[in-house]
Parts: sequence; structure tokens; C-alpha cells
Amino acid sequence: MQASVIVFPGSNCDRDVAVALQEVMGRPCDMIWHGNSTVPQTDLIVLPGGFSFGDYLRSGAMAAQSPIMKDVVAKAKAGVPVLGICNGFQVLTESSLLPGALMRNRDIKFLCKDVLLTVERADTIFTAKYKQGEVIRIPIAHHDGNYFADQDTLSQLENDGLVAFRYADKQGQTEATSNPNGSQNNIAGIYSPDLKVLGLMPHPERLISDQLGGQDGRLMFESLVEALS
Amino acid sequence: MKARITVTLKTGVLDPQGKAIEHALDGLGFEGVNSARQGKLIELDLEETDKDTAMAQVTQMCEKLIANTVIENYAIELE
Repeated sequence: MQASVIVFPGSNCDRDVAVALQEVMGRPCDMIWHGNSTVPQTDLIVLPGGFSFGDYLRSGAMAAQSPIMKDVVAKAKAGVPVLGICNGFQVLTESSLLPGALMRNRDIKFLCKDVLLTVERADTIFTAKYKQGEVIRIPIAHHDGNYFADQDTLSQLENDGLVAFRYADKQGQTEATSNPNGSQNNIAGIYSPDLKVLGLMPHPERLISDQLGGQDGRLMFESLVEALS
Repeated sequence: MKARITVTLKTGVLDPQGKAIEHALDGLGFEGVNSARQGKLIELDLEETDKDTAMAQVTQMCEKLIANTVIENYAIELE
């Protein structure tokens, strides 16, 4: 399996996700600068976390206009899997590869803490190593993670089973009290209709070994390697 | 020609910063503020001198970059 990580000015989790992928793939990722016009042949494209272009105008808005994004969008439409983490999720919504938008957190605070999530489905290339309904612990670190979509889009996501993860409590209940940022329906991540594009606010690459405090994020990368190798 | 673009959140979209302004004004003793909404003002200095062409150009800019029409409305003034 070969994975490519897109690097924007202001990305700061590009190396973390590259290390996470290298751990499970056994080979380094291609790091692709945003100013390039094409992503070389690859099995997975990752849009990493960070603050691309200083979050100017809107988080992810400038990065979505980068030269490389034309090819990322074309490759995603041709079926190449894309994983967008945190700022990467914002870039995916700004590029219209995923619907909706990520707005300022409900309480206007930057949130940096572990949260609990339910794995809504375990039959995708990203989640096959998890169990459906399982509660996992993954860190969040964002200011603009409040997922918003209009009612039609939201109904479509729910009816088509495209919600990937929800903020939950230990029992897997998705109450308002377990919602850190005001996201509609406690949404922490969503899929594209073909389940090949995943955007999520939490950072799975930050929990890939016990030295980092846990391995709940590692299973996402292991799922990808198993599906794409 | 100058363009002034006002970007605001659509009605019904929660505006936490507007809410904070509303509460802060209330805390300062300003009464009678029913609600506050926060937006953005973007000013462009354009080479174009024809109003219709400029309006068409700026509309495209708003649709492509300046506003996220999922959550925001925009209004353009030319002078």
C-alpha cells in the first residue's frame, strides 16, 4: 500500500499521520506539497490536521483552492480513498467532497481533550477493525468543529448511513451532554456516498501506541492497510 | 471601482460569536438589543469600470471563495 499526505502551509499533523501510517504500512508516505498539480499514483490520500493558511477567511477555505486540490477532487471522484482529519475535514467540506460545513464551536472555545465516539458502522475501509457501535477514545483539538448541514442534507446523511462517528458517553449514548462543540446530531465524522471519503474532527493519528496513551486510533490505519494492500 | 461585500450567516444558523456579543452588551447594561449577528466585511478595489461586469465578477468570487453558501449569505455593493 502507498499513501500520500498533502502538506499545506500551516499543516501541523502531517508528520503525525505519516508516522502512524508508516508504523502499520511498514513504508514511508509520500509527502505532497500543496503547490504541486498532481498526486502520484497512490492508494490513499490524507488531508492532515493543522491550520492551513492560518485559517484565513474560513478554516480550510484557502487550502480548498490549492493547485493540488483539483487533482485530489478528481482522484476522489475516480474512487481513490481520501481521509481528512480535523483541518482535512474542513478542506473536504470546503471542496464539496463532503456536504455541510464546520463552524465555530458552540462555546467559542478551542477544545483540546480526549472525547468518546461511537463507531457508527464497521463495514468500511476505514473502520473494519472496529466493532459496530463500539465506543472509542480519540483526542480532539479544534476551534471550528461544529458540524452544520441543512435539514435535507442531514436527513440524507442519516438515511443513507453516512455518519461515521458520533460524540458519545461511555455507554455509547449520544446525548447533548456528550457533544463538545454543538455539532448537529453529535456528528464527529461523515462518509461520502461511496464510503471512500471520510472526514472527521478527532485525531486518530494521535493515539496509535501505548506510549501516546492508547491505541484506539491505530485500528483505523490498520483497517486501511488491510483493505488497500 | 470599489466593491464592498458583506458576508453574514444565514438565518437559522447558530452564531455563537453573535450570541457572545449579545450577552456582553447585556452585561454592560445596554438594554433593548434583541439579537446580535456577526459577519465579515471584505473590500475590493477593482480595475473593472462597468457596473454589470463588475457585479458578475464579484458574484463569481463570492460563490467560489469569499462566502461558503452552505452557511453564509453575501451582499455586494459597488461604487
